[in-house]
Amino acid sequence: MPAPTLPLETPAADARQPSAEAIRFEDVSLAFDDKQVLDRISFRLAHGETKALFGVAGSGKSTILKLTLGLMKPDSGRIYVLGQEVTQMSEKDLFTLRGRIGMVFQESALFDSFTVRENVAFRLIEDGNIPEDEIERRVREALSFVELEHTVDMFPSELSGGMRRRVAIARAIITQPEVILYDSPTGGLDPVTSTTIVELIVKQRDVYKTSSLLVTHRLQDAFIMATHYFDRKANKMLPLASGARCEVPITFLILREGKVIFDGDLEELAKSKDEYIREYIS
Amino acid sequence: MAAGDFQVQLISPAEFAKEKLLALQEYALLVGQSLANLFRRPLYVTDMIQQADLIGVGSLPIVILTGGFTGAVLALNSASTLSRFGSLTLIAQLVSVGMVTELGPVITGLMVAGRNASGMASELGSMTVTEQIDAMRALGTDPTKKLVTPRVVATVIMLFFLTIISDLLGLVGGNMVSTLLLGLDSRQYWTSAWQSLVWRDVTTGLIKPVLFGFVISTVGCYFGMSTRGGTQGVGRSTTQAVVVASVLILVVDFFVTKLLIALLGYR
Repeated sequence: MPAPTLPLETPAADARQPSAEAIRFEDVSLAFDDKQVLDRISFRLAHGETKALFGVAGSGKSTILKLTLGLMKPDSGRIYVLGQEVTQMSEKDLFTLRGRIGMVFQESALFDSFTVRENVAFRLIEDGNIPEDEIERRVREALSFVELEHTVDMFPSELSGGMRRRVAIARAIITQPEVILYDSPTGGLDPVTSTTIVELIVKQRDVYKTSSLLVTHRLQDAFIMATHYFDRKANKMLPLASGARCEVPITFLILREGKVIFDGDLEELAKSKDEYIREYIS
Repeated sequence: MAAGDFQVQLISPAEFAKEKLLALQEYALLVGQSLANLFRRPLYVTDMIQQADLIGVGSLPIVILTGGFTGAVLALNSASTLSRFGSLTLIAQLVSVGMVTELGPVITGLMVAGRNASGMASELGSMTVTEQIDAMRALGTDPTKKLVTPRVVATVIMLFFLTIISDLLGLVGGNMVSTLLLGLDSRQYWTSAWQSLVWRDVTTGLIKPVLFGFVISTVGCYFGMSTRGGTQGVGRSTTQAVVVASVLILVVDFFVTKLLIALLGYR
């Protein structure tokens, strides 16, 4: 697939705090009816870091993303996002914080009565203070990043699954968020389209240094992210040289029965002697 | 348990009561938020106008039909009773007062509830199960401001005018039956219909649609936003919205009528 044209954007680094973490979970627990979904989960996501969350279905991965956004409240524990404690924030205050976070939902969650343009521009239109030509420019930029400029007047029902996912990414990145949350961005897609999506995520990671939390069922997606980088000159994703490390740190978090059983980088994951982890990654 | 077996889960009365109380609490919170949003920016006037078009203009054909035929059948039914007492000329008064104070608001409310409460529940329910509501919250927009309040405002305003149209069409239907089938004089019908109405009739007949509109929209939006369980859940919410809205209209009608009689007195 030809590499998408890189829009002239500066990385979001200047919007970040230098050393604070982007996300921190402290002893977070949550139960639905009688099922303990998360049991005293603790982890942190540093600025600029990408963390891939793994676990079997129902292990609480998507729940962690919703808790991060404040869409749900935990039963106990604290969650800090960009230095603010979301567990104590009102819905009104959360709306302001969410302006700095982008989220790509599992089934894209595009508004089906809006065109692609209206979907991608939603946040800008809701702002109310951005001129129409500025909105149009930024929508075109975001859609060119995901290589879907030609779909601007189409409705989500007219798009394929992969295209909807890419539009969802465009919608998430249009405001240059400091943190992006991906909920199974390649779920249900064929391998070729999945690679396209992964390439976009790697590009977003390497070009804009955005902190990311990625929920995925596909181990190979995370491995590709850990062993590839986005080359700005070639404008495409390329494998890292043998022995080389990714410039942007990427770590893995594995959940089992509501608990964190692994939190580390690719090297530590490969060396892990835990039977469940070895079976999971084999 | 074999495949295809059907299992019924029984819940205790305490659990049932808890569920209903929780639902009532959630509904009350939604009602409170939808009203409070009227005093907070942004107001989403464009969405209100869009909804007014869908709810008001969209419901016009059924309101015209039901209003016209309700007035006609009221005239027809009352004719047989009134003629026994030689009071056929009272038909106009009966149709006029009946339509304006009671049948116009209630029948219109029930028709709009069937059409629009279900539409709201299914639209918002579909958005809920496909995470579009969560996406809206994630993008920094309050779904009650963007989706619920415009629908509430539009339904209240439109039902007010739809009821007036329904009342008028009811009188027209009554007039057609009176003149074409019963041989009464048209001018006498309209004069009688007009003169029999007093201000308390009109007040009663116009307060009710405001309340019914509020019930229809809040119930439809509540069931939509609280949908769970995929497409089956959307179907369930749609049905429940219509049933609950319809029943509530009749219940509210009784209490409002009682209250207005107490406040304004009998005719």
